[in-house]
Formats: sequence, structure tokens, C-alpha cells
Amino acid sequence: MKYLDEYRDPVKVKSLLREIESIVTRNWVIMEICGGQTHAFLYHGLDAMLPPQTELVHGPGCPVCVTPLEQIDKAIAIASRPDVIFTSYGDMLRVPGSSKDLFAVRAAGGDVRVVYSPLEAVQIAKANPEKQVVFFAIGFETTAPANAMAVLQAKNKNIKNFSVLVSHVRVPPAMEAILSSKSNRVQAFLAAGHVCAVMGFHEYPPIAEKYHVPVVVTGFEPIDLLNGLLAAIKQLEAGNAVAENQYQRAVRLEGNESAQRTIRSVFESVDRKWRGIGVIPQSGWGLRAEFKEFDAEKRFDVENIFTQESPLCIAGEILQGLKKPTQCAAFGKQCTQQTPLGAPMVSAEGACAAYYKYHRDVVYG
Amino acid sequence: MDDFDFEGYACSVPIQRTDTVVLGHGSGGTLSRDLLNRLFLPELGKAAPRALDDSAVIVMDGQRYAITTDSHVVSPLFFPGSDIGRLAICGTVNDLAMVGATPIALTCGFVLEEGLPFDVLQRVVISMKEAAQEAGVYIAAGDTKVVQKGSADKLFINTSGIGKIAEGINISGVNAKDGDVIIVSGTIGDHGIAVLSAREDLGFETKLESDVAPLNHLVETMISAGEIHVLRDPTRGGLATSLVEIAEQSNVMVEIDEQTLPVKPAVKAACEMLGFDPLYVANEGKLVAFVKEDNAEKVLDVMKKMNYGMDSAIIGRVIGIGKSQVRMRTAIGGTRLVDMLPGEMLPRIC
Repeated sequence: MKYLDEYRDPVKVKSLLREIESIVTRNWVIMEICGGQTHAFLYHGLDAMLPPQTELVHGPGCPVCVTPLEQIDKAIAIASRPDVIFTSYGDMLRVPGSSKDLFAVRAAGGDVRVVYSPLEAVQIAKANPEKQVVFFAIGFETTAPANAMAVLQAKNKNIKNFSVLVSHVRVPPAMEAILSSKSNRVQAFLAAGHVCAVMGFHEYPPIAEKYHVPVVVTGFEPIDLLNGLLAAIKQLEAGNAVAENQYQRAVRLEGNESAQRTIRSVFESVDRKWRGIGVIPQSGWGLRAEFKEFDAEKRFDVENIFTQESPLCIAGEILQGLKKPTQCAAFGKQCTQQTPLGAPMVSAEGACAAYYKYHRDVVYG
Repeated sequence: MDDFDFEGYACSVPIQRTDTVVLGHGSGGTLSRDLLNRLFLPELGKAAPRALDDSAVIVMDGQRYAITTDSHVVSPLFFPGSDIGRLAICGTVNDLAMVGATPIALTCGFVLEEGLPFDVLQRVVISMKEAAQEAGVYIAAGDTKVVQKGSADKLFINTSGIGKIAEGINISGVNAKDGDVIIVSGTIGDHGIAVLSAREDLGFETKLESDVAPLNHLVETMISAGEIHVLRDPTRGGLATSLVEIAEQSNVMVEIDEQTLPVKPAVKAACEMLGFDPLYVANEGKLVAFVKEDNAEKVLDVMKKMNYGMDSAIIGRVIGIGKSQVRMRTAIGGTRLVDMLPGEMLPRIC
């Protein structure tokens, strides 16, 4: 299939692997930011084909994984109300809150619906004027434009029974948090290609310079991932630290400016709590004052739900790349895809789920 | 931002779903199996030998019969290429065929929601008649119940079937042998994606049609061409789930080759968009066969000459015994595990 097969060509893969082997002289720790990239590495079996000097650590770029427990509890509280139709992207339904998940709310009679786009949720609101329709607006810069557009549409069409439960997060502050941590091991980043398609990569040169780390904008197919790694390792070996773009078919320096304008018109930068990590300053987006009427937290009075996360899983260490999923004592035992302890085991993009699905045998032989 | 402090990271406690049924229990994957193992089999399983194959086999007066039942709850009732009626006949015919039985007769039970238009029901029934004729089975008995509006989604159909197993045929999930060659009878994922695309809210259109088809004639031809050890129709949970089940039942190691998997470009594209893997998408007119090594080419040849086997392909083999595992050689030359579908298939966020 066009745009896929040429990026999965086994001959090109081999030649890129050989090129990486030929230039790498010592061990390097490289973080791929996005959970989609983590999954691609493991799905294609590419991680095991890399030279042993290349250590991949898996970053926090999984929107489901980093949405804090209390946001899930708020979602569950809202979705349980009889007057509410609660809409969400599919994989949020299985993320456990403190006592149950959204599937359980649905099984108990709640009207919880999977939508593929937030604009569908606006349609549902229009078609069900007697109900309150809430959309769970989570995700990184990738989902923010469509979510902002949904709010704009609702405002323009005067749809009063629509609101959003916002838990948006941004990549660059998370990168800085990881680099500022005393325990940081990351020496280079593969930046998330889809995020950069929206935001561009003009935010990265200052980070590359300040922390002296190469940042390579990278795509999601095997050839993209290898090109990203090759560029990062070239920089590391040469002692360089700049932001560069290996995903030129999708990403421009300035990004998608129209999408950015849409985001900025609805959202503003706020402090945001990340699951397993804590509050990172200015790391999220919240509704601007003129859109507060669409804030589900206010509308349903769930602002005061605070949930203490219990220290049973090492999601935080996984999400900042300190540990591999297989180094968790619960992995594959108490924590499986059927009984996930933490969000990284739930999401299609979670690092633990990727290891559980594709590389469980490495642990158990 | 300096010296960012990561202290206190944690995650939530596990959720053991003990109190209610969730949709994932019907997905055909591990949640379905948990329900079976935890609730149904301990209470009801003793009377059903080999309950984990597509059909049970019972012996009466020295003759082996296959018996099976299946309920059909698809929405929408009519989808590209097929409908709930054809599905209800083919589903049960195929379950019988997967233990090598020749289907004899079916029963059908209808649960109708108050308000269902007659012409809808009539179209479904005509479709059932045509599918039964194609398969060469007859409907021996039936039942109708009507429930209040809202108590069912338009129309549910249960079909049960009985078939006869000829002397010398021994096809079961427990029979996979070292060296067996694995054949799939055509492109995977067509049904699941066709049904998905028919739902209004998905926002994409394809010309893709569901593959719903009776496979009993294909199976008869295969049996006459070579020694078949295992057959399964990879419906809910897809090909991956069927392969994992067989590997577990026979305690064998299976390796499949990604590049040999027949997948239509439209299915591949839809899966890429939605974050699905065709290995987990439902089929209703495909089978996977474990065939004795030196019979494989001959069986493949006859399959390719049949209407419902034209795109058959060898996708892998049994590479060892004593351990159950399914591995895939990826297109780029790597390897990974293939697992069952854990619960409901969920579209990813971005």
C-alpha cells in the first residue's frame, strides 16, 4: 500500500541498520517521545534488531497513560449522571479510575459512547437537546485542534447542552521536566512526528541548546524510526545537539498554523497534573475564560474531586524512561492487559501494553 | 525549570470485574474466555465434551455427530455484502464444518423487537433461505419471541445445527502437529471492516464487502485432498485469537509470516486509520487450517479452485511442540509475539 510499504521495505531497513552499526562507538540512551513510536518499534520487532549500544527508553507520549486518575474519576462521576451522554475516544473507556472504569459505568446503565471525532459529540448534543452531552477532551497537541474546533462549533451554533472535560497536555514541558530531573538518563530525543505536524518544531531548538540534547523529529514507520535514530546517533557521536527534522513529508518548522490558531483561540496554557509524574508547570491547555461555559468540571461541579494515586505501579518511572516495563515486579503477573494496574498497560500506545503484547516472551522465555 | 522532582509517581489499583458483564465479555478474546472458565464451564461444562472447539462432538450408536449453537446480534442488520440472515445460517454451518462435519439441519430462534417492519424481517428470512440452499442444509425447526420496544435491538437470531462426521475424520483444536502447515482461505478482516464502515458515525466509506459465506463445501474438498488436523473460522477476535487458541489447545509453537498474510488494501487502510490490526478483525467466510506438512500444497491447490478459497495462502507453520506460543516474522525481518484480543477492540486516540 502506498505511503506504507515503501517505509517498511526490509532491504532499506537492513541498510539503515548497517549504517547505524557502522557509526555507533559507545552506548547511547535515546527516548522516543510518542507511544505510537514505542508500539511501532515493538510491533515490527525493530527494537530487537538494533545494535546493543542503542538503548531505547519509552517516553510519556501516551495520552491515555498520562491522564491523571482524578480526571478519570471526574469523568466517571459525570458519566454516571442520568441526564448525561458521555462521549470519549475509545481507549479511555478501559482506563481504571479509583474504583471503576467507564465500561463499568456503561454496564451499570450510563450512556457512554465511543466517538471517533469530537465533532460527532457536538452532533449528538444537537440531536439530543434534552440531554447534557460531555466530551472527554484529552490528548496532546494532536487532538487539541479538533477538540478546540468542537468547542468553537458548539459556541457558534449556540449548542448549550455541550461541554468538555479537558485534560490536554503538551510535549515540550514534559521533555524539559525529564531533562531537569536528577535521575535523567536521556541523551537524545526522537520527537513525536504527529505532534510536530500540528505544532512544528520551533519549540525544540531552545531545548536542544539549553540541555545539550539532540532532538530529531521522527515518524512512525520502520524506515522513519531508523532515520530518526541514525540522525540522533550521528549528532551524539559528533557531540552536536540541535533540533532537526527527519519527518519532512509531514512536518514543517512552523507546523500547521491554522490548527495552532484554533487551539489558541479556545485554550490557554495551564499547569497540568500528569498521571504518575505529578504537576508540570504550564504543561497543559485549559479553556480560556470566554469558553468557561463549556467547562464540564464547572457545569457538573466535579472540580473538587481529588484522588490520591496509590503507589502500586511504577508508571511514573516507566513514563520518564527510568525503567523498562519488564523491570516492574507486577508486569505480566498482577498487571496484565486483562487486569491493568496502570494506564501504560491499558492504552494502545502504552509502553507496558506494547511489551506485554509483543515481547512477553523475553521475560518468561 | 530546574531539578524537577519526580517523587511520588504511582498508578491505580487493578479493577477486578466481578459484578457485571461488560461488552468485552462478548469480544471473543480473553475476557470471553475468562467468563467461560469462571462461570459457564464449572456449572455447565461437564456435559459438553470438547466444548472449546467450534462444535461439540457427540456419539450415538457409534456414529459421531457435531452439534453447535450461535446467536447473532449484528448492527446494522444489513451491511455491505451481506446481512444478519445470511450470517446466522453461515455462522452455524461453518461451526459444524470446522470439526469436519457435514451439516444436516439447523434450527432458528428469532427475538423480534416490537415495531420491526415486516419487510425488514422478510428480507432477512429470504436471505436465510438462500444461504441455507447454498450450504445444502434445511431449517428443521424454529421459534419466535417478540419483546417490548427497547428490550432488544430490532432483531436477534439464534441458530443451532447438527452435522454428521464421517469415519476417519479427526479434526480438532487439539490435533495440531509439529511441522503442520497453516493455510488461511482468503483475505482477513473483510467482514469486521465492512460492518464498521456501514455504521453512520465512522466518517469513511469503502467498497469493501463482508465475506459471509458457508464454508462446508470448501471443507469437504479440503478433506478429500489431504490430512487436515485443525480447522477454525476466525470470527470474533480474528485470526490472531484463533491461532492462539489452537496453540494453547495443542500446546504447540506457531510461527506466521506477516508478508504472506492476505489483506485487502482497503482493510489495511481502514485499520491504519483506526488503529486496528487486521489480525484481530472478525471474518465470517474464512477458515484457518493446520494441514499435514506433505499434503499442504495439494490442499492449497484445491482450495484455490473453489469460490470461497481463491485467495488462499500458506501463512506459517508449527515450529515446535511442548510450549504454546504464536510468533510473527514481521515484514521488515523482526519477530514479535501474537496475542489474543484482550477485550473490546478500541479505536486509538491519535
